[in-house]
Amino acid sequence: MSEQVSMRRMMVVLLVAGALSLGACASKKPKFVPAPGPNAAEAGAQGSGANSANAGGGDEETEGPQGGMLATRLVYFDFDSSEIKGQGTDVVGAHAKYLASHGSARVRLEGHTDERGSREYNIGLGERRAQAVRRALLLQGASEGQISTVSYGEERPAVPGHDEAAWAKNRRVEIVYLTPGPAAAPAAAPKQ
Amino acid sequence: MALSRESHSHSWRRGARLVALALALAAAAAARADLKIEITSGVRDPVPIAIVPFTPSAPADGGLDVAGVVQHDLEGSGRFKGLPRDRMPATPTQADQVVAAAWKGAGSDYVVVGRLSTLANGSVAVDFDLVNALTGTKVVTQRFVGSTSALRNAAHRVSDVIYQKITGVRGAFATRIAYVQVDGTPPSQRYRLIVADADGANQHLVLESQRPLMSPAWSPDGLWLAYVSFETKHSAVYVQLVRTGERRQVSARAGVNGAPAWSPDGHKLALTLAGTNGNLDIYVLDLETQTLSKLTDDPAIDTEPAWAADGRSVYFTSDRAGSPQIYQVGVQPGARPKRITFGGTYNARPQMSPDGSLLAMVTLDGSNYRIAVQDMASGAVRILSHGRLDESPSFAPNGATLIYSERDGNRGALGTVSTDGLTGLRLNATEGEVQDPAWGPFGP
Repeated sequence: MSEQVSMRRMMVVLLVAGALSLGACASKKPKFVPAPGPNAAEAGAQGSGANSANAGGGDEETEGPQGGMLATRLVYFDFDSSEIKGQGTDVVGAHAKYLASHGSARVRLEGHTDERGSREYNIGLGERRAQAVRRALLLQGASEGQISTVSYGEERPAVPGHDEAAWAKNRRVEIVYLTPGPAAAPAAAPKQ
Repeated sequence: MALSRESHSHSWRRGARLVALALALAAAAAARADLKIEITSGVRDPVPIAIVPFTPSAPADGGLDVAGVVQHDLEGSGRFKGLPRDRMPATPTQADQVVAAAWKGAGSDYVVVGRLSTLANGSVAVDFDLVNALTGTKVVTQRFVGSTSALRNAAHRVSDVIYQKITGVRGAFATRIAYVQVDGTPPSQRYRLIVADADGANQHLVLESQRPLMSPAWSPDGLWLAYVSFETKHSAVYVQLVRTGERRQVSARAGVNGAPAWSPDGHKLALTLAGTNGNLDIYVLDLETQTLSKLTDDPAIDTEPAWAADGRSVYFTSDRAGSPQIYQVGVQPGARPKRITFGGTYNARPQMSPDGSLLAMVTLDGSNYRIAVQDMASGAVRILSHGRLDESPSFAPNGATLIYSERDGNRGALGTVSTDGLTGLRLNATEGEVQDPAWGPFGP
């Protein structure tokens, strides 16, 4: 109840504040110390390979295939390891097969670590895991344009908790299906 | 528009505007939470000092207890012990009213007295005297003038002067910290980038997101924060003017965009990029020309750049030798990295002290991740923190203290520790978890 009230009040504050500060900043545009460059919306499109992590099409998530092993979207890892093993091998194999036979399907591989150690170094470890899955998918017939990666390091745990049981669930790569893009390379088109 | 540019409410509105424009409006419901401070480790031979309540406050000061803020600052440094008010022999407000013998008798080496007054233009003056109770002599008298909303900052400046006069080291109370507050339970968490006074009070929301925010880094002039945001579902580095909320995306290249660190001249950012093949290396981005130069080139993870004070080299974490260790590389073309840490199997997240004498880092101590400093002259390493999952060390601009994140039971908290390891504080959020602190530079 009080949550509701405070939420509503905050919305009002936000709306009023937005209006106020739009008025306030129109005349006094703060100056960026270095040379004025492109604004936030455009800056990303500058420079080498900007935003090309988004392999074509939009970035909207979709349910993706559901049958059998394809319903499993999580690949788990040992501590300080990016080796795909056990059930993870089968999960990756199933998704590789699906991607190879559905050229317009696209996935984003989200790499994660447990909370131990330094944050940005963990971004590196999460990226290493996402790349391990990416390479395994490519080796089994998926194509480059179907796959993007992102590493969240320790920033987005799957489960709370600060013991080995929680850490084991948090050391993972999530395979996230995105809305289909243009069909990938003809070689990957279904043949059956 | 009659807004004071420095006022608390103004910054809050700007932060809110940003949320409204850039991110989900409905996400902004939570109240701001205070940070609570507790002293976690001992104080050795603190200087006894009496900080007498300042004269009746100006009408528009919001009732701020300036002497209370000063006492809180000084005691939190571990180098002072304040005299409880109920043991004060008198309540002088001018140096010439201080009867030295009475204060010496109460056990104080120093007495601070002060007064607030409202000036004709509406601003508030804070005058104070620091008196040596052993000799009866006045050590310093000073005045700070500002708007009523800046009164807390004036109190911190009083603390800075007292600290410097008595310890010989510049105080860092009138500085700010940035940190990330996380609310909610995985996998549905909310991330807020917050700027507060160094004592955790006076919080301003900088940015809020449903996706992670991390690695805030202050520009050397204290006006900008660089940080990493995943709001687009990929990592990107932004720079944002703290006072107004205006921001720019400066790197959203394929793969990892992380670990921004401003060069000492404020013109460049060191950062970590990985490209589509996922190999993390350190780059330097010139903010004026947008040119990018590559600083490291190794198949290992190279990340967490930290500039040397002279801007001619960068320290970074690399696992090129198998486990993460700290290296240094010159910024000139063709420079070869040199390994800096050799003890143990995990040394990461380097930060240099302002005078270049100490390297702070996260080190694996048994099965615990802790904050350590390496003496750059002798190579000796000293472990300063006592937690299980300590990380993200950041030096105060006077080099006397480090702030870092720790896990207090199941809660993420911020800790501070003096670089001699003797004094520790903990700043706990009253709600949510706090992490990833960055201590800002001295103000103007």
